[in-house]
Amino acid sequence: MALEYDIVIVGGGPAGLAAGLYAARARRRTALLEKGVIGGQISLTETIENYPGIESIGGFDLAQAMLRQAESYGLETHYVAATGLEQADGKWVVRTDEEEFVAKAVIITAGADYNRLGVPGEERLTGRGVSYCATCDAAFFKDEEVAVVGGGDAAMDEGLFTSRYASKVYVVHRRDQLRASRILQERAFANPKMHFIWNTVVTEILGEEAVEGARLRNVVTGEESVLPVKAVFIFIGHHPNTDWLRGLVPMDNGGHIVVNEWMETGLPGLFAAGDVRRNAARQVVSSAGDGATAAIAADRYISEHFRE
Amino acid sequence: MAKPKDVTDAEFEQEVLKADLPVLVDFWAPWCGPCRMVAPIVEELAQEYDGKVKFVKVNTDDNVDTAVRYGIRSIPTLLVFKGGEPVAQVIGFRPKSELKKVLEKALS
Repeated sequence: MALEYDIVIVGGGPAGLAAGLYAARARRRTALLEKGVIGGQISLTETIENYPGIESIGGFDLAQAMLRQAESYGLETHYVAATGLEQADGKWVVRTDEEEFVAKAVIITAGADYNRLGVPGEERLTGRGVSYCATCDAAFFKDEEVAVVGGGDAAMDEGLFTSRYASKVYVVHRRDQLRASRILQERAFANPKMHFIWNTVVTEILGEEAVEGARLRNVVTGEESVLPVKAVFIFIGHHPNTDWLRGLVPMDNGGHIVVNEWMETGLPGLFAAGDVRRNAARQVVSSAGDGATAAIAADRYISEHFRE
Repeated sequence: MAKPKDVTDAEFEQEVLKADLPVLVDFWAPWCGPCRMVAPIVEELAQEYDGKVKFVKVNTDDNVDTAVRYGIRSIPTLLVFKGGEPVAQVIGFRPKSELKKVLEKALS
């Protein structure tokens, strides 16, 4: 049996939660589908201090607050994974690993997932020293030496968090300067536990039962070395979760969905918002803004195309 | 009412290794966001598998010995024990449907 809604939102990060709030307040019967943790990437973020009006809050707590707020207006949350999408009789059918959902409008807010290095040892040692979430795992490496791979905001944020536990945090970055925002760079450079290894990539993660080191290669000199660390935290960017939509929705080469300023995909009643869309600023506040825009556009679309 | 019981290092052998039923152990800590998402799912599973599987929780901050003994380096981690031996492991947050599959496989 398919479940019928006015609006189905696929993905429960800031974009989806904001869309859910706006859609529910527009009195549209709305379902939010989430395959993992509400909040998405922010649920793994230790502290968020750039959401206007909120000086500092845990990412998980902000997501829970957004969820409570949206649910208080009638948003229904389903913990299922979307696997496919198709048009039928002027509506959309979202297939999931459980029920099917039928909706007049669908908003894709499926977000982005972290990139993996793709080197030997990485998959085998995930959860055994290889981690993509310092806030989850850093505490297991108290007084140990660890490595953080990457040079962006996430790498600095998580490196700084890890330094509360680890005795030494090596930041391994493939370029000779960071991409992270100035304020995070300042904090990272000022932290005595953080050490920077420039122009260097990880080529293998070493260890049998647990991580014992990382094999490195300097991309300028070609020199190889082994860094004896007990953990490797990997923050090397993200890719949009749009594989399940390939061939259906116009995307750029990176798999980001192409939308206009109303978050319209060009397919009737189908919208995309947040990190899945092309040219997203990839911030909590901009994703929330995208979600609100998409919900307003979806509400208007339903008013114009369905008799009420 | 089957609610996951908090188990300490000292109780682990009696409560888990010597248990008659298979045991699902939820390794967690208060500061771990995803662990707070797993907890309600584990509670639901505890109701559904009442009488078939025993459910316990180990706070890794307070019970370091057990976490170290089973090589826990990431939470949430769920371990399923049968006859005192770990037979299945789930690292990181997984939806309920996937956890049920792991339990069914471990029970069969």
